[in-house]
Amino acid sequence: MNWRQISTVYCKELIDTLRDRRSLISMFVVPIVVIPVLMFGAAAVSYKSVRKAYEEIPTVMLIGGADSPRLRAAFAADKRIKLVPFADDYAARIENKQLRAAVEVPDDFDATVARLGKAPVVMIYNYAGDVHSGAAVSELTRFFSAYGDKMVRSRLAAKNLPADFHRPFTVKRQNVAPPEKVGGAQLGGLIPYLLILLCFTGAMYSALDLTAGEKERGTMETILCSPVGRTELVLGKFLLVLTASLVTVVCTLASLSLTALGAVRLLAGDAAVQGAKVVGEGGLEISVSLPGLFGVCVLVVPLAVLFSAVLFSVALCAKNYKEAQSYVSPLIFVIILPAALAMLPGVELNAKYALVPLLNVALVSKEMVSGNFPIGMIALIFGSTCVYAAAALAIAVRMFKKESVIFRA
Amino acid sequence: MIAVQNLTKVFRDKKRGEIRAVDDVSFSVGSGRIYGLLGANGAGKTTTLRMLATLLKPTGGTAIVNGFDVTREPEKVRANVGFMAASTALYGRLTARETLVYFGRLNGLADAEIGARIGRLSGELDMDEFLDRRVDKFSTGMKQKVSIARTLIHDPAVMIFDEPTIGLDVMAARTIVQFIRGCRERGKTVVYSTHVMSEVEKLCDCVGIVHGGKLLAEGSVPELRARHGEQDMEEIFVRVVGGADGNPASGDLRLKEGAQ
Repeated sequence: MNWRQISTVYCKELIDTLRDRRSLISMFVVPIVVIPVLMFGAAAVSYKSVRKAYEEIPTVMLIGGADSPRLRAAFAADKRIKLVPFADDYAARIENKQLRAAVEVPDDFDATVARLGKAPVVMIYNYAGDVHSGAAVSELTRFFSAYGDKMVRSRLAAKNLPADFHRPFTVKRQNVAPPEKVGGAQLGGLIPYLLILLCFTGAMYSALDLTAGEKERGTMETILCSPVGRTELVLGKFLLVLTASLVTVVCTLASLSLTALGAVRLLAGDAAVQGAKVVGEGGLEISVSLPGLFGVCVLVVPLAVLFSAVLFSVALCAKNYKEAQSYVSPLIFVIILPAALAMLPGVELNAKYALVPLLNVALVSKEMVSGNFPIGMIALIFGSTCVYAAAALAIAVRMFKKESVIFRA
Repeated sequence: MIAVQNLTKVFRDKKRGEIRAVDDVSFSVGSGRIYGLLGANGAGKTTTLRMLATLLKPTGGTAIVNGFDVTREPEKVRANVGFMAASTALYGRLTARETLVYFGRLNGLADAEIGARIGRLSGELDMDEFLDRRVDKFSTGMKQKVSIARTLIHDPAVMIFDEPTIGLDVMAARTIVQFIRGCRERGKTVVYSTHVMSEVEKLCDCVGIVHGGKLLAEGSVPELRARHGEQDMEEIFVRVVGGADGNPASGDLRLKEGAQ
């Protein structure tokens, strides 16, 4: 092995790659700009529009209820609901988003509840799926629940019964899982999925450019007639593909972490203004195990070797860039499938899955991000991924020595 | 020097079966001499030269290039060969100097030596002005000069040219022809392939006419003329090739079909 030749090839390919606009886009612009903008931009837009919908005072129409002045008065007194005069076309208005919801009050509502008659049914008309209509429904639900509670309290008081007479017991729940386990369960699938996908796409462009791209530009024959050994040439090129893959992953991790930190600060600041508390579902803090994240990064290295070598071999078979793209694009589905499978809630790591390439890394990553470190499994998965990576690299070297591959007519 | 003995290359194609692209070819070239392989498209010229440059492995026979066997010591052979073809392009995103440094290093030269050689070659080829500019912005003529410098950076004893003037204008082709002549003057062994008769007449000390993978005739231009009683190289070529096909009159038609 001539390391001087390998480093000469590597340095040249590095200069070549850093001067190529398309490589720079795939290695830096996509992970640093596009992915955070897409992920957090989409989240911010939906968060803002939902918040706006809930801040708005919804317009609600009462249908009937002319004979129930107490209910009407309670409605009119509620500052979070704006009543509009009755019109026949309320359904069309809700559909056209001129009206957020309508409430149908049965005849004799006030009288029926006063004489403790059969509970009347109040019907709410809304537009399912519309955030504004949804916000109106939650305001109406809050209103009727408070109105009903008030009535229950006065009925109990009239009969001299305690206020919690109708509530023989209370149910509470308390989470015992540490925050990183909860965060891991929620993010554990997503993080490895993203890393695996980026690891692949990061290697893709360089693998194509350094093989089929060289054939297309006519430089393959030039380099092959120099005294560089074939193995050294493959390794120099392969190391560059690996670098591109890992740089993409590192850039994405760094940019996502920074954007996430920024987003948390933004949310916290926002909440302070509103006097609210930022908590996860069920009042939980969400956090991710840092040693787990580090472990995922270590496992990604042999995976990047595997991807780089496979992409290198596949792209080498193509005559030109376009042909290589058509070979490589379907591979993305092969990558996405096991990575997405690992995101599903019920799929857990076991000895059988530990030998399935990709799925094993995705599953063990999920565990590690949640703070679980099954050492035996981790060792088995790291070892097996290294073996697959070495085999793929050996195939890449063999392919490079085949005349029928290099000089495909 | 180069000694080619019974060199054969067989390609296997699923549709066309076995193709003998080069069939039992033997020739030799001494130092300071130019050997021209003359043949139509698909005659086997490129395959022969690729085997000499160790880009392809021979199916049979041997070739010794400057004392090294193409099959057993391919890396040593390549270190002694400068190979230039229409298909050997340059890296567009590197500058001319970076290209030469890259190939110098791959040839095992020290950086100081590479610097000295670049200085000398740049002076000889008048490249100073664009040495530090990117190749993709170069004209055809400038690219050609860089290609020539690339083949000479390790000062090889043997030069192999595969149709180096194909697609070039008259001036650019003249530069190449002068350069090949210069190689002979420096005592290098030169093999080059072409289908341009005038280049053969101008340059070659010895000509080999190839067709269908076989070497059909060999000799200096005056020898070939005397042997065939004909002054025009094109006529000689058509007679040799047509004779091999068994129909002299249809020789030129057969040429177009190609044999590979």
